[in-house]
Amino acid sequence: MTVAQIQATQSGEKKEYWRWEESTWVDEAKNWRDAKFVTAGIDVGSVSSQAVVVCDGELYGYSSMRTGNNSPDSAHNAINAVMQKCGMTLENIHFVVGTGYGRVNVPFSNKAITEIACHARGANYMGGSSIRTILDMGGQDCKAIHCDERGKVTNFLMNDKCAAGTGRGMEVIADLMQIPIAELGPRSFDVDVEPAAVSSVCVVFAKSEALGLLKAGWSKNKVVAAYCQAMAERVVSLLERIAVEKDFFITGGIAKNPGVVKRIERLLKLDAVATKYDSQIAGALGAALFGYTLVQKQGVPAKVAS
Amino acid sequence: MGSRTIKVVFLEELKVDGAPQLRWGIKKTLIMFPDDLDMDVAAEKIFTDGLTEAGIAREQITRVVATGAGRKQVKFAHENITEVGAGARGALFMCPSARTVIDVGAEEGRGVKATPEGKVVDFAGNEKCAAGAGAFAESMSRALQLSLKEFGEASLRSNKTIPMNAQCTVFAESEVVSLIHANTPKEDIAKAVLDAVASRVTAMARRVGIEEDVVLIGGMVHNAGFVQSLKAALGVEKVLLPDLPEYVGALGAALIAAEANA
Repeated sequence: MTVAQIQATQSGEKKEYWRWEESTWVDEAKNWRDAKFVTAGIDVGSVSSQAVVVCDGELYGYSSMRTGNNSPDSAHNAINAVMQKCGMTLENIHFVVGTGYGRVNVPFSNKAITEIACHARGANYMGGSSIRTILDMGGQDCKAIHCDERGKVTNFLMNDKCAAGTGRGMEVIADLMQIPIAELGPRSFDVDVEPAAVSSVCVVFAKSEALGLLKAGWSKNKVVAAYCQAMAERVVSLLERIAVEKDFFITGGIAKNPGVVKRIERLLKLDAVATKYDSQIAGALGAALFGYTLVQKQGVPAKVAS
Repeated sequence: MGSRTIKVVFLEELKVDGAPQLRWGIKKTLIMFPDDLDMDVAAEKIFTDGLTEAGIAREQITRVVATGAGRKQVKFAHENITEVGAGARGALFMCPSARTVIDVGAEEGRGVKATPEGKVVDFAGNEKCAAGAGAFAESMSRALQLSLKEFGEASLRSNKTIPMNAQCTVFAESEVVSLIHANTPKEDIAKAVLDAVASRVTAMARRVGIEEDVVLIGGMVHNAGFVQSLKAALGVEKVLLPDLPEYVGALGAALIAAEANA
């Protein structure tokens, strides 16, 4: 093999297992040009950024992209992905609400609202008005939220100090196991006997514990199952502190991992309400819906900031 | 039997009576990375290698005491003791004036209050979280592409104080990446990281009460930048550093073995 070939194989082996799919979706049955008010919500999170476009209070399109190292660029990147898909420009959007960690750094927004309020509002739309408890499992934090029938937050608890129970923790495990992140959930059920949770809470320690288990002859799937169980136990302890009320809904990236979701449901003895929408858009969707309420009340702002 | 490395210490009796420092002599020390070996196999290997290198026959060994996270894997040990007790015993052998032992290893950080004889009075540690452990500094030095030693030296060249927001090692790694993107000098990032570890460990030591002298044991002894940060965080003039810092735990176990025999 030539040096170039060796380098090529080596770089090929350095696969990024944690990388999840970016996505863009637009409701082809609708035309935004018919809407009286077009509003957008931008959720710039620590790991992913979403843009949602709402036409007269109805979901029209969204994108879910990775957050880069700069919030304004990530916000532009997310909204451009949706706008390109339906021939829209920022001029056509009447009101933009920013949310998430980077909400104050969305250059074209008219208002910033906390992601907790937005997630509750978004979950109320996605899961229906019967939703009372929301678990948002984000990239770098985990929140348990209580809300009323209008999606208004009545109480919440969050963990943003520790990577255990967050998407970032799952990414670390995907990399360590060399299993693409989307396959972790399904593979965690492909075990003979359901293992007990890994004992380490800390992701750094769980990493060395996982290596030890592999050395002791555990299959990768079994280690992943033990890790999913640990993560489920971790978030359930957060949920129990706020008390889970029916109906229950999960938002954020980990809602896409059945390995964690099923185990949370088992521990709670309660099923989460299913949704046809992408669970990651809840925050941005809530923001866009707030934008719709605001534009109805206040009218279209004189100049959209750019 | 540490989480990263394993060590062995052989002691010989020099005098029949007197202070431990005069009575027991260190005959041989050895350290190894167990890598892919099972812990019990690795323990056997380091023990026999040490015997061979020191020219001691196995029958000459009167007692073996094991310590550390993998202590139960040492099949030939007569006894095993916790790493907290062993660390304090070894640290006080090296630095008899110490009353507070700060132990920062790969996967744990703790503060230990000890008697002049090296018995543990009280201790506080953090076993659940990597913040305040060597693994934290190790992850960050990797992000900066520096060895742990270079990392410590870089930190000494900085006089800036940048507070780290993240407590979690995983999040701190992204924070360090953001600092790199913001063109923050490596020296300042290194100091910020070591300050963060020092402040976590200090919080643990405060729970047992800090009494001078303070001695630092564990792998972070080699990190001059960390020692500096620790002094500042503890608010003390000096932090004692023992000779053979990696072997302090094994030494403590060997002393306990020696005294059980005597």
